[in-house]
Amino acid sequence: MRITLTINNLKRDVEIAPGEVLYDVLKKCGISSVKKGCGTANCGVCTVLLNGRPIPSCSYLAVRADGHCITTIEGVEEEADNIGSLMNEEGAVQCGFCTPGFLLTAIAMKRELNNPTEEEIKSYLLGNLCRCSGYEGQMRAVKRYMEVSQ
Amino acid sequence: MKEVNKSIPKKEGMGLSFGRPAYTDDLAPQNSLIVKVLRSPYAFARIKSIDTELAEKLTGVKCVLTYKNVPRNIVTRAGQGYPEPSPHDKFILDEYVRYIGDEVAAVAAEDEAAAEEALKLIHVEYEVLQPVLDFEEAVDHPSVIHPEKEAHEMFPIGYQPARNIAAEYNMSFGDMEETIKGCKYVTSEIYYTQAQNHTAMETHSCFSYIDLHGRLTIVSSTQTPFHVRRIVAEALGISIDSIRVIKPRIGGGYGGKQALHGEFITSLVALRTGRPAKLIYSREDVFEASYCRHAMKIQVTLGADEAGNIKAIDMNILSNTGAYGEHALTVFMVAGSKTLPIYNKAEAVRFGGTVVYTNLTPAGAFRGYGAIQGNFALESTVDMLAEKIGMDPMEFRTKNMIREGESSPVFRIMGEGTEGVDMVMDSCKLDYCMRRGLELSNWHDKYPRMQLEANKVRGIGGAIAMQGSGIPAIDMAAAAIKLNDGGFFNLMIGATDIGTGSDTILAQIAAEELGVSTDKVVPYSSDTDLTPFDCGAYASSTTYVSGNAVRKAARKMRALIEEAAAEKLGLDAKAVVMDGELIRAKDCSCFITLADLSTKLYYSHRQNQLLSCESFSGEVSPPPFMAGFAEVEIDTETGNIDLLDYTAVVDCGVTINPNLALIQVEGGLVQGIGMALYEEVKHAENGKLLTNDFLKYHIPTRKEINKLTVEFAESYEPTGPHGAKSVGEIGIDTPPAAIANAIYNAIGVRFTKLPITPEDVLLALRKKGR
Repeated sequence: MRITLTINNLKRDVEIAPGEVLYDVLKKCGISSVKKGCGTANCGVCTVLLNGRPIPSCSYLAVRADGHCITTIEGVEEEADNIGSLMNEEGAVQCGFCTPGFLLTAIAMKRELNNPTEEEIKSYLLGNLCRCSGYEGQMRAVKRYMEVSQ
Repeated sequence: MKEVNKSIPKKEGMGLSFGRPAYTDDLAPQNSLIVKVLRSPYAFARIKSIDTELAEKLTGVKCVLTYKNVPRNIVTRAGQGYPEPSPHDKFILDEYVRYIGDEVAAVAAEDEAAAEEALKLIHVEYEVLQPVLDFEEAVDHPSVIHPEKEAHEMFPIGYQPARNIAAEYNMSFGDMEETIKGCKYVTSEIYYTQAQNHTAMETHSCFSYIDLHGRLTIVSSTQTPFHVRRIVAEALGISIDSIRVIKPRIGGGYGGKQALHGEFITSLVALRTGRPAKLIYSREDVFEASYCRHAMKIQVTLGADEAGNIKAIDMNILSNTGAYGEHALTVFMVAGSKTLPIYNKAEAVRFGGTVVYTNLTPAGAFRGYGAIQGNFALESTVDMLAEKIGMDPMEFRTKNMIREGESSPVFRIMGEGTEGVDMVMDSCKLDYCMRRGLELSNWHDKYPRMQLEANKVRGIGGAIAMQGSGIPAIDMAAAAIKLNDGGFFNLMIGATDIGTGSDTILAQIAAEELGVSTDKVVPYSSDTDLTPFDCGAYASSTTYVSGNAVRKAARKMRALIEEAAAEKLGLDAKAVVMDGELIRAKDCSCFITLADLSTKLYYSHRQNQLLSCESFSGEVSPPPFMAGFAEVEIDTETGNIDLLDYTAVVDCGVTINPNLALIQVEGGLVQGIGMALYEEVKHAENGKLLTNDFLKYHIPTRKEINKLTVEFAESYEPTGPHGAKSVGEIGIDTPPAAIANAIYNAIGVRFTKLPITPEDVLLALRKKGR
């Protein structure tokens, strides 16, 4: 079946199998930044933005995204550069495998929440697991990122 | 120091942030065959018959492998130095399957769907055997897990496969019985630690292809590319010179990628079909069929005299290596060798035990590598003994712990699988770590407990730890530095950056020695054709072992540059000095810039490539040390355990890159906290792993981590590169004991089994109340 996806502001007609998940479709479309960590929507590594909201692409049926806008890190390079630089300054990009998905969630959070508390930040980022950093370095970077004016 | 002890951002950090193609799956050719593995549904069985005809006939299927058509060479996949201290007990595929998840067969097909379908078409008849699932019943069990005649040890490790014993070791000095008799205070306890999973975010991945020269190239998410080359050659029975192994970026390792995973199978498929072949583990595969931490039963007896001097330490361990013996002996030995020296004044020390096979997921290397298990047992017992004596537990530790300038007989007696080496602690700031940690954690105000509301009580507890810096006399690293025209350098290292930032810190070490900025050093690592040898990223070796090799290579490069510049300037080599990016006469009469010199060297005058290569193998393994302090809040109505704060003060020598070192410690702490409180491993009665996804197996999320306070002691290790020791593992060791001690101080219940869950707390409180 054919669906239409707007991937990083580019409209594309894509042929998919009915049960195909969004992650696999994005890979076929040549998007390299999206990684897969679990395949069960638990780790957040495969996060992309669907109409601006973070979703786990590994468990999201591609057909449900028909007609919607998908954003990956390639589509938000300027914001990714801001938060990414802060993450790097803190040393919080370790293996980096969870980083693109984490950055997308942080970017969505900044767009959505105004002056969030630490607990609100933690709740928003809860679904993005990281096994390397212990989360504190990410938190230091995110706090600095939230202070930077949009 | 200009370039080290400086928080330079990781060189590849932005590229990784932008998700550029970097990991194994990103790099696999589009036309790769997809490899899938048929896994055993039984904990222990013999394959009576296996029929692959239907699978082979399926459209898109290119290759089906079973034990009948693969080479039968027995190896260990442990990924250690050679000869390995792990038993050779693994065939690529075998007629016996030894745990639920063990490999029965493999298929390679044009796409995922065909590969999946083919697995279903393989018909296997099993003779189901009685499995060994309880590791306390493994020795001399009627079922022998490794009956194959080829299984063997490379040197004596106490290997007795007929008894299900993968390794055995015993050591002692002093007279244990007499010393204990003379102790006024004696405490003995038995502890159980669980089979923690690594859960690196990138699952185990590799692909193999045949290059233009007809050689086999393996791209693998591995911590040990040079060991992979050697072990694949051995298992496949092919010549090592026909193999190249490339490590791309790795999505986390923590020991889980020290051993080999899919490399045998993708390589066989590539050799048989001529097509690239990739195998990407599913998360379920990783949980059930890769490796976990060795679960252990540890008995510790400690004795102290009237004044509170520790006189005797007796540690006995039963360790569960699962179906195969990867790292069986060495993890178990490290439980002693990286804990017993902490209390180095003990007059009698005894350590020993047995590592057994069971029909469960094999255990392997995991950050901490036995030290975390041993630390939980020893440091819990230390608190119990301090209470008996009536001393503050941290004061008791301070009185007994190892200090700078001291040694321990254990260093010489126990190595990793062999004898150890004598060491004096040239750098040991454990006393500072303790003092500073007591301050930072407000120990004296908080110890032992604070009752808040009727159902909320807080407690604080601590533990101290040590690790190592590589395996002395065994681990080897080499580095090559090449000067390019324009005056920049390539740093070629076998060292394996698995996400730790080692490419960056090794470039910093080279830049510091050369007197140039780190920008001028371009690292390239872990390609067995192009980089010099390195044993790999394990045993906390990279900063110390690889770092020392880099420093030596940089020193040599500096001498080569000064020699070349002297020749250009018409001076004696001794009369010039490299001063940043120019080389000048010592009397300042003339100079030449590095850019000018290097360009002349390659284009215009007495052309000559400057290339230096040096190696390092440690004579000692200077331990990093730390003191850890946990503050917990227990809800006595719900059993909930809230870890409010974890304070860590670490002596890892000079931090080459303080921010990257900080994240290494914080990341280690959180994995240790996971082992202490959240990461529960459950099996069904038939041996099936139940906790096989992130819903059932809980690693800490950011909600569980409230506050980590980490500081570094000022310390300089004279044998380390620019004063550095290791930092990769030390952070993980203390949380289980410190948290268990804090919980005891809060509610008066001693937990001896990990993880400690709210249910455990509630049950214990109820029992106590009765």
